[in-house]
Amino acid sequence: MLPFSKLVREGKRAIPGTLVFDGDAAQAGYAINAMCYSFNNAENRAKFVEDEEAYMESYGLSEDQRKAVRDRDVLAMLAAGGNVYYLAKLAGILGLNVQDLGALQTGMSLEDFKANLMSHGMTETHVADDERIVA
Amino acid sequence: MSQIIGGIFTSHVPGIGNAIAKGVQQDPYWKPFFDGFDPVHRFLAAEKPDVAVVFYNDHGLNFFLDKMPTFAIGAAPEYRHEDEGWGIAFQRPYPGHTDLSWHIIEQVVENEFDPVTCQSMLVDHAVAVPFELCWPGDEPFTTKLVPIAINTVQHPLPSPKRCYDLGKAVGNAIESYGSDEKVVVFGTGGLSHQLEGERAGHINVDYDKFCLRNLAPDPEALLQHDTLDIVELAGSQGVEILNWIAARGALHGSVRELASNYHVPISNTAAATVLLENRATVGA
Repeated sequence: MLPFSKLVREGKRAIPGTLVFDGDAAQAGYAINAMCYSFNNAENRAKFVEDEEAYMESYGLSEDQRKAVRDRDVLAMLAAGGNVYYLAKLAGILGLNVQDLGALQTGMSLEDFKANLMSHGMTETHVADDERIVA
Repeated sequence: MSQIIGGIFTSHVPGIGNAIAKGVQQDPYWKPFFDGFDPVHRFLAAEKPDVAVVFYNDHGLNFFLDKMPTFAIGAAPEYRHEDEGWGIAFQRPYPGHTDLSWHIIEQVVENEFDPVTCQSMLVDHAVAVPFELCWPGDEPFTTKLVPIAINTVQHPLPSPKRCYDLGKAVGNAIESYGSDEKVVVFGTGGLSHQLEGERAGHINVDYDKFCLRNLAPDPEALLQHDTLDIVELAGSQGVEILNWIAARGALHGSVRELASNYHVPISNTAAATVLLENRATVGA
């Protein structure tokens, strides 16, 4: 078994390279996450594209959150309480897929990020001898 | 009485939905993953389950942080998928089974669980993708849906043991349901992946194989880690294994693996599909 992290920050267990989205983050990130939740609606996505600043203002984003969005700085969005499940909707508007996001956050090139994923590449298949499922 | 014929466990990556929408299932990138569903299709064609009880997590389609239930059970006559922000909405509606939903709700509350109940609810890719994978094409879905959402978004998350116990309570509820329904349970999400932070792209083949090895014969082995242990091991979205743990809890007959397929990577995810059968235990 792998050794677990013993790091503690502000009385909380710290996991390397990982922000645990807890109550503190949920409170800090409410506005940016609420904005991103609104992007389920295509009309709202269009409104954001039309005038990002006005749209951020209407959801009351903090200055840190606005700057992170302006800079397309995903790590800063996370630090300001953004949750990746909601930020994914913003990423869609910006034309970024999850590999693009991964590259941006890790500082790798897109090719290196994909190569890192592929470094684990494998396929393992098992099928039992059962008349219902055998071809 | 109703019976649980088995469990289907599968990743639910949105990219799989994109691949289905584009019809690229046979492309070399996707084929090894989609091929893992061949035994599942045969099983479903042979068994024709009446109901699918699906443990999943909502990613911000139906639930937002304003009201975030730890456990939520759908009791709607019909469910729909909608645009989650990237423009794909699967059109086929999911017929509900309100009578079984309420029976499950009554039984799990009797067993001291306190779920939110939802008479109107959208289901996101975590239900839509598995349904598209299991019953591809354009025919209306005939297997009815009872969705059970587990919070994997906002910590604190329910413990693995709590999810397993919820699954057991749901399994008991299904088996005590008076009509003769054939039920298949689903656990969706996983396996290891992490989308955000400096550790984005994290994959842990060792942990995934530990889960795959123990899921059928010794599911309680998966309860040795708490939720933050799982986040560290499997990544912040790898914690979706909680849905698998709950679904496995619902199978308490004689459980056997019929098929499994582990394929890395799909998008940023170590993808897996497992089919378990569940039979009544052998009598004396």
